[in-house]
Amino acid sequence: MDVSSYLKIGHLKLIIFLLLLGINNLKKSFLSSDGSTQEVINVPSFSMESGQQIALSGISGSGKTTLLNLIAGILQADEGQIKLSGRSMSGTSESVRDRLRAQMVGYIFQTFNLLQGYTCLENVLLGMSFGDSFDKNRAVELLGHVGLTQRLDYYPRQLSSGQQQRVAVARALANSPKLVLADEPTGNLDPENAAESLSLIRQTCKEHRAALLLVSHDKAVLDQFEDVRDLSDINQGGGKVGAE
Amino acid sequence: MSLLQIVFRSLRQHLLSTLITSFSIALACGLLMSVWVVKEQARRNFTEVDSGFDGVFGAKGSKLQLVHNSIFHLEASPGNLTWEQYELIANDKRRVKTAVPIAVGDNYRGYRIVGVTKSLFEVEYQVGKKFEVQSGGYVFRSDKKQAVVGSFVAERLGMSIGDKFHPYHGLVFDEKEKHAEIYVVSGIMKPTNTPADRVIWIPIKGLQNMSGHSVETSSDVSAVLVKLQGNTHGMMMNQEYNFQGDVMTFAWPIAKIVAQLFNKIAPVEMVLSGVAVLVAFVAAGSILASIYNTMNQRRRDIAIFRALGARRRTVFSVLILEATGIATFGALAGFIVYFVIMSTASWYIRSETGIVLDPFEPQWVMVWAPLFMQCLGALAGVVPAAKAYGADVAENLIPNA
Repeated sequence: MDVSSYLKIGHLKLIIFLLLLGINNLKKSFLSSDGSTQEVINVPSFSMESGQQIALSGISGSGKTTLLNLIAGILQADEGQIKLSGRSMSGTSESVRDRLRAQMVGYIFQTFNLLQGYTCLENVLLGMSFGDSFDKNRAVELLGHVGLTQRLDYYPRQLSSGQQQRVAVARALANSPKLVLADEPTGNLDPENAAESLSLIRQTCKEHRAALLLVSHDKAVLDQFEDVRDLSDINQGGGKVGAE
Repeated sequence: MSLLQIVFRSLRQHLLSTLITSFSIALACGLLMSVWVVKEQARRNFTEVDSGFDGVFGAKGSKLQLVHNSIFHLEASPGNLTWEQYELIANDKRRVKTAVPIAVGDNYRGYRIVGVTKSLFEVEYQVGKKFEVQSGGYVFRSDKKQAVVGSFVAERLGMSIGDKFHPYHGLVFDEKEKHAEIYVVSGIMKPTNTPADRVIWIPIKGLQNMSGHSVETSSDVSAVLVKLQGNTHGMMMNQEYNFQGDVMTFAWPIAKIVAQLFNKIAPVEMVLSGVAVLVAFVAAGSILASIYNTMNQRRRDIAIFRALGARRRTVFSVLILEATGIATFGALAGFIVYFVIMSTASWYIRSETGIVLDPFEPQWVMVWAPLFMQCLGALAGVVPAAKAYGADVAENLIPNA
């Protein structure tokens, strides 16, 4: 084998190593209220590399949340492939998807989705409870990183919206995910908090070497990203009003 | 965070409903244990109490009434025997080891006064135990108006050695029925945990000759308590007095006669037990209701759990464990309810019958009732757990879905 062949194999290995998320011919349909089937997602191809940060723009009802739920394995695809770090997230049993999600995916929601009966620390600890690692020190460290060292034992209702989103960010990173999905993460925040929160999400993901796939229809948010893609370019499905 | 920690936090989050539901479980479990223990201990203690005698002779009539009256000091006497009949029994030395005559008919503030000979104090009411008076006192002298007061009576009426009292006629206290005689307490009986503790003992001649009692029957006795030379004599005397004779009733063996009463009330016991079990099921239903009613609030929490990677079986287990946790907590608190009920019940039963129930005596029901409640609790958790198992994650992650 000559040098060029070694280089080709090495290049291929590097691509495989760097490729974090690969989507091929992904389809998802829902039954609409009139009984007909509506194709919401039809993504022929989409990929992300490790550590990459991509913003997906799309109007309401374009299937943004559905796409994130498919990538997270919360929804089962009708057809196609989703590979996360070389492991299939589609066409597998629900428990395998749950396991992969617990190990590899962090999720930040627009409405934070913090458990109201749990303290900040407990919410973050919960984020690492279903994966492989449970480390209270890391949870404390993450909350410290998002500036909530003094609020560890506070309940979500005792925090401002911005602080709640910080807890959600810490929780999303609690399981040391390879990919963080953020669904309109600043949608419930005022502009000042939104900018601060977005910056925190991006910075924290970078520091923890997690890729970030963020969906938003907010131009101010999208403008912060170098890599912005329009969902309508990726998704040939029709989306669905009320899918998000 | 372990499954148990998640369960604990969920219980903490729904603290009020956890406490209310646990309280209903505690009531059910405590009631279940109490009914069983009262039933078991009452049956055993009543059938074991024979005051050291094998049988009782009395007037022709009900054996059960005779035993109640002479051994448990309950109910009225079925009639009298003559002193000659007593002597006939007592002199049957070949078959009768000891014969103790008793006479009833008076009371002091509701507690029975029983006339008896001093031979009562020679009989072992349990192996190695005789009726004894506490230090400082002595057994009455047969020719004096003296009394030995049962420990429970002394405690309830605050009587002590040297106290004087007037007996009252009849078995029910009536201030107008006061006898003229004055009796002096010569001794307080040591506690025996038998019906003897609820009695004031006086010389039999004293009771027979109490002012106002009929002169014609002044030598009669209410019953004769006997200890036999052997069991075979009991069978022979049973045949002789109950089947061939028509003068006296011979209640023998005492335990079997008391057991007949419990056999008669067995259906009542069964109904009581059934009600207690039913209450346990109702309490388990309250677990189901309390968790199920919060399912709308929990849906989002469950969806968040799932979004964080929890599997369906994990959320199913959390709800089952939560229901079991409530039942466990309730079952443990049930022991407090049990001790409260038993303390009251044993005090009442002791004051009415002299029989002592021991709430602290280990019983199998104290093992199986809490386990039963836990199983019912787990079972009650299945419905909400199944609902959680089938919950749609994507749909419930949306606020107010």
